[in-house]
Formats: sequence, C-alpha cells, structure tokens
Amino acid sequence: MSQSEINSAPSQLGEVRIRVLDIHKYYELGETRVHALRGIAIDIVSGEFVAIMGASGSGKSTFMNILGCLDKPSSGRYFLDDIDVSSLSKDELAAIRNHKLGFVFQGFNLLSRTTALENVELPTLYAQVSKAEGEKRAREALDLVGLGGRSTHFPSQLSGGQQQRVAIARALVNKPSILLADEPTGNLDSRTSVEIMEILERLNDRGLTVVLVTHEHDISQFARRTIQFRDGKIRRDELVVNRQTASQVLKDLPVEEDQ
Amino acid sequence: MDLVAVARIAVRALARNKMRSALTMLGIIIGVGAVIAMVGVGQGAQQQVQQQIAAMGSNILFVGSGTVTRGGTHMGSGATKTLVYADMLAILRECPAVKDAAPGGNTSTQVVFGNDNWATRINGTEPQYFEIRNWPFQEGTAFTPEDVEMAANVAVIGETVRKNLFGATDPLGQTIRIKSLPFRVVGVLAPKGTSAAMGDDQDDVVLVPITTLQKKITGQDWLRWIMVSATSREASYAAQEQITSLLRDRHRIRPEQDDDFMVRNLADMADLADRAGSIMTMLLASIASVSLIVGGIGIMNIMLVSVTERTREIGIRMAIGATEGNVQSQFLTEAVVLSLIGGSIGIICGMGASYFITQTLGWVVLISPLAIVTAVVFSMAVGIFFGFYPARKAARMDPIEALRYE
Repeated sequence: MSQSEINSAPSQLGEVRIRVLDIHKYYELGETRVHALRGIAIDIVSGEFVAIMGASGSGKSTFMNILGCLDKPSSGRYFLDDIDVSSLSKDELAAIRNHKLGFVFQGFNLLSRTTALENVELPTLYAQVSKAEGEKRAREALDLVGLGGRSTHFPSQLSGGQQQRVAIARALVNKPSILLADEPTGNLDSRTSVEIMEILERLNDRGLTVVLVTHEHDISQFARRTIQFRDGKIRRDELVVNRQTASQVLKDLPVEEDQ
Repeated sequence: MDLVAVARIAVRALARNKMRSALTMLGIIIGVGAVIAMVGVGQGAQQQVQQQIAAMGSNILFVGSGTVTRGGTHMGSGATKTLVYADMLAILRECPAVKDAAPGGNTSTQVVFGNDNWATRINGTEPQYFEIRNWPFQEGTAFTPEDVEMAANVAVIGETVRKNLFGATDPLGQTIRIKSLPFRVVGVLAPKGTSAAMGDDQDDVVLVPITTLQKKITGQDWLRWIMVSATSREASYAAQEQITSLLRDRHRIRPEQDDDFMVRNLADMADLADRAGSIMTMLLASIASVSLIVGGIGIMNIMLVSVTERTREIGIRMAIGATEGNVQSQFLTEAVVLSLIGGSIGIICGMGASYFITQTLGWVVLISPLAIVTAVVFSMAVGIFFGFYPARKAARMDPIEALRYE
C-alpha cells in the first residue's frame, strides 16, 4: 500500500480534523531507548469513524496519547483542526483536551461517590461555562446516551455499560470535534459492547469524528476505516468493506434479561 | 472556575472522608485554640499590671534616701541621712516639671487597739501625699496641715490595718496606740491592693503627720523618701533629671561620686512591666504556635495521602481539560478549607478555654479582635504553606501515568 492511498482513503467527506506528519516517539527506559512510534503519517477528516488496531506494544496506545494531547511526539508534527499541537504549552494542551477532544476509556474512569450528572458536568467546570449552562448540557448529554433518568445515581449503582455511557456523555458535554475511545468495550460483555458501539455509531452518523482503539476484530468492523499498527508503524490502512451497523446487529442479538 | 465553585468542590471532597478530615482539623483546632487562649492570658495579665500601675499614678516619682558603702560595708537603702525637708522644698521651688511633693519617713512597729495589736508600717507624711498618690478615703479625711504643724496625734489607716484591728467596729474617732502614744483615727483609706511593681500590700499601713513621726516616734529629723508628682507622665522623665541634678548639687556630690539618693520613676516601671508582659505574651504565643505547626504538618501528611489516593482522579481531571493550575488550586483549596474550618473551631475552643481559665483560676483573660484576626490569617497561612507541596505534587503528575494508576 502506497502513501497516496493512505492519504486518500476517506474521500467522501470534507475538512481535515487530524493531520499527523512523520511522528516519532522515543522513551528512555533506564539505559535502553524504546522507539515506540517510527514515522506515522495519517489524515483523518471530519465525520470519519476510525478503528486503530494492533497488538500490545504496537504503539497504538502511544499514538492515542499523542492524538489525545496527553503526550507530545519526539519528532514530527501533529495538526488538530489546523492547530499545530506540537508547539503548544501545557495549559494550551489542557484547553484543547477540554474543548476539542472527548475521551472514553476502557476502565470508564468516572469519579466515584459523584453522581452521574456531576461526572458529566466535570469538563464544563474547566470551560468558560456557567453552572446552569453546564448542568443543562450535562442533562442533554445524558439523554443522548439514554441515561436521562439516572442522573442522580452513583457509578457504583450503575452497570458497566451504563457507566461507559456516562463516560461517553461526559466526553460529549463540551461538544468536541473528535471523540477518542481507548478500548471502550474492553471491560464489557459482548451485548453491552455492541450497545456501546451503537451509541458511537449514532454519534458518528450525526457527524462526530470518532477514533477508536481496539484489539477486537468484531468491534473494529463497526468502524468505517481500520488502521493496523505493528512495531510502531502503520501496517495496513483500509476502509471496512461490507460494514455491519451495530444497530442492526443489536436487533439480531437475542434479548437478555440483564436489566 | 470561580472561587465559590472551587471551595464547594473542596468541601465535598473533604466530606467524603469525614473522620479523616475531622482528625486533621483537630491539630489546627488545638493549635489555634492554644494560641488564642495563651495570648489571651498574656494580654490579660499585661492589662492588669498596667491598670495597677495606672492606679498608682504613672506620673509619680519616688525619691529615696540612698545607699552608702562605708569602709567596705554596704549599709543598705535608707542608710543616708542627707535627704531632708529642705530638699523637698527645693524640689518644689526649682524643678519646673514637678507638680507636687510630699515628704516621708517611716518605721515599723506594733499598733494596739483595745486587746488587738497589729505589726505594721508607720509612714509620716503631709496631706498632699494622698492627692499625689490619687488615693481616696472610704471614711473620714486626711489629717490637716495644722495637724502637721502642731505634730498632732492623728492617724489615717489602711484597709488591712482596719480589718485586723477593728473588724466590725467603726474606726473613725477611735484611739489607737503607737509606741504607747494615743492616736485618734481621722480617716480610713480605700483599698488599693497589692502593688504590681513592688509586690507588697499597700493597704497594710498607718499614716501620721511627718512632724509627729519625727518628733514623737522615731526622733530622726531626716527623710526616708519624698513622693513627687510630675506635671504629666511624659514630664516625669524631665522631672527625674531635674531632681537628680538638683539633689547632687545640694548634697555637694562630686562628679565622680555616686548619688546618695535614688530617684525611681513609675513611668519607667510601667514601661518595664509592659515590656515584661509583652515578652510573656510572645513566649506563650510561640509555645502555642508549635502546636499549630504540628497541626500544619498533619494537614500536609493527609494531603499527601489524599493526592496519592486520588491519582486516578487527577488523571481524569487532566484528561478532560484541567490545567496544572486547576489541579493545584483544587488541592490547595482543600488544605486551606481544612485549616480555616479548623481555625474557626479553634477560635471558639480558645475562647471556651479562656472562659474556663477565668472561671477556675480567676485570671483575667483578654481576647482581642486582633488575636482572632491573626489566628484566622495564621491558620490560612498554615493551610497554604503545608498544602502547597502536596498540591504541587498533584499538579505535576503525568496524566498518562495517573490514568494508569491502580
């Protein structure tokens, strides 16, 4: 596969959200130097649904951290909505994470002893948003993931799938341009996994750009495009053919008495 | 984020660990309480001393006959015979800073009334003595200048003497015996209490005309002391200098010789007592501050534990857009809220302790608004100081590591 094919893979949609140019990442682990990313170049345009695949140690997590502005590349450049992120200060990066990015983690990462609504409100505390506006947005986001009725529940009172939906709502509350999901179904059973994918699919259908890290082949097939990492390089970047929609799969699954 | 929101988040975070927060606060409570109570005790004592000195009259100077050393033998205070009545007249005439003066001589002897007797101090003086010392009468009046002129057998007694000799009997007009001479009691002085400066009972005294004392009791014609009042408290220093140079001149003391008298200035003693009181207050406060510092270390300890426990929370907050400043102010606010709440409770406890001290020990405890304001500011400063390092540690975390923390 040639470089031109990589860049032209998604063609139907417009503006470039993420542009990564020849990114390298080194770690110093004691005496040895780990070369985690060896020249990554990708464009992701708005409205894409990308699944990043790869074994552990392939560099996909490192890449996600860089995409998520939690980490900086050792060399190369990263443009997010035409902003050169590699040159920003820590506080500017925090602002980017707050406004432009939404995170969903494998372990949900909700604050315990804090209600669902307050968890979802959390990002608005760090944005220039009034308390009332923040609460309004949080309620909307919870409605969007179908948990409007559980706003006063604590994470310990919610199932794993529900917790992950709260986390998705939290990621959406500041209306980000990109949703980054790191193994969002890793801790969930297969039916709940599909439910979560159905939500991501719905958000993507509304125009949200979604980047997903997963090592499950089934899950990656709900995306529109898959990128395979191996040894810090992109091994394969292709569109999903015969894409299944999660909503369809969900209908075909037998209903379980789990709620 | 506005301050109210930050404070609310901090209070809720602390409320999640109520027991731990309460125990951490206890250190600050004890610290602030101790500082408030100790400063209160110190200032109360200081105020009491000042009041006593003010009651004595801070513009008063005491001129005493001096000490002499003859042939290597130290003769003790009052051994010189050079201080005389003419000196007093000269002081009144030649020292502009002096308002009034009263001569004095004294002896100690037995006073008898009926079957009772009492060993006390007999002071001989003139009527203006009572004005100079600002000493009112509870009964009767002072003896008159005529009494002085005639060396009359009249006496004014202090409260301690009245209590011990007369009990329930009205002493006015009664006759007491001093060295077997009969004296008519013309006045009873109001109680003045123990002298703060010298520590003796000022009410244990009988006062008679100076002439009567000199001619009929002691047979000495020199003075033991002259009580002088300056025109004001400030003037008392000038009066001291004027009297000293006048008396050196009159007593023909050569420049290399020591004075054969001494001039003591009560304003000086008031300042001295004030300084001693301040030092005591400072000492008490600094001892109490040690416990405040220990309380601060407790806050730091708990905040460090809290930061470690909440590593993942810090990671989450950073991932969703909290800056280092946000995280730092969050933890700093928690520390400050802990210490401020602790400080407020500490103030109440300190006031309670002061009340307890007043009730049980009878000490005067003075809680000034300044002490309270200082305590609040100080406990806030403790929170900031001891919360800073843990908060900084939290803010400096790597979000990736923090998110991975188990």
